[in-house]
Amino acid sequence: MSELSNNIILVILVTSFATYLSRFLGVVSSEKMDIRSKIFKWFNCIAYAILASLIARMIIFPAGELHESDIFVRIFVVILSIIVFLFTKKNLVYPTVLSAILLASLNNLI
Amino acid sequence: MINSKYFFEGLQALKKFDSPAIALAASFIAIGALLKNIGFNIQQSFLSTFLTYALPGQLVMAESFFVGASLINIFISVWLVNARLYPMTVSLMPLLKEDSQPRWKYYLSCHFLAVSSWLIMKDRYEKIEQKHRIDFWIGIGTGTWATAIISTLAGYLLSDYLNKDMMIGLAIVNPIYFMCMMIGAMKSKDISASIILGAILGPLFFLVSPEWSILYGGILGGTIAFFVGGYR
Repeated sequence: MSELSNNIILVILVTSFATYLSRFLGVVSSEKMDIRSKIFKWFNCIAYAILASLIARMIIFPAGELHESDIFVRIFVVILSIIVFLFTKKNLVYPTVLSAILLASLNNLI
Repeated sequence: MINSKYFFEGLQALKKFDSPAIALAASFIAIGALLKNIGFNIQQSFLSTFLTYALPGQLVMAESFFVGASLINIFISVWLVNARLYPMTVSLMPLLKEDSQPRWKYYLSCHFLAVSSWLIMKDRYEKIEQKHRIDFWIGIGTGTWATAIISTLAGYLLSDYLNKDMMIGLAIVNPIYFMCMMIGAMKSKDISASIILGAILGPLFFLVSPEWSILYGGILGGTIAFFVGGYR
């Protein structure tokens, strides 16, 4: 048991190091960066595009539990949530709460 | 050291109408339950969110650990999935820069960098004086990070009461929150193009190379958008 437990701690430390590394290097690289420079604008575009890629992937090809729901049900829930978001003057509480209840119930029915 | 007025203003972001608290809570409750199911104890689950605080990375860790992957494999897959944090940091920190502020604030507070805190800071920074932005950021970061840690513990303790349908319901909240925040962020041509292209290219690259898809989709989509936007 203690060997497994040490192993888990190592796994956590390795994961944390691999994650902090990108944040740390980001601060190092931004030390001398000018916000009016082209390279800053390029990084800004890449950051938004990477996030959009990640989110689209989370919905279309999810990892973990979401994988067990139907893709068409997910897309239906996403579209409905966006409509709610736009019609509630961009309130984020309604669409997020709605999406959880809707997907859990639809998944239960199907 | 840290200006408490701005720190608490940042912390208040948790109470606003675009609060990330619900999305963070839902996804970290799910992580807490998942970590319990794969055999972590409560201290280890706490430590994981405390030290890593990056949802996709923790998911990858849990999956790799479950199939018995080696440490080096875990390192590489986590690094890949969390490499998005690099361009995110580079595109945020220069906005918070102020010569009179000590450097340790930047190196410590970059730990708070996550999609939720990043999107909020990007939305608010212009309204805050340059000098105080870093303290405001530390406030947002402390709030979002603490929410994630508390939710991980709650998920761990609640895991027996969460059935599969509820877990699936929790898992959709985060992408929905991020997607709505991104739609809200589409205020200029280059950012809108980045978001639309990234959302199309990411899943397409996934069909070719799942591990690299987010980076490929992001770099290609962002670069095209940069030129489309006329790189003013």
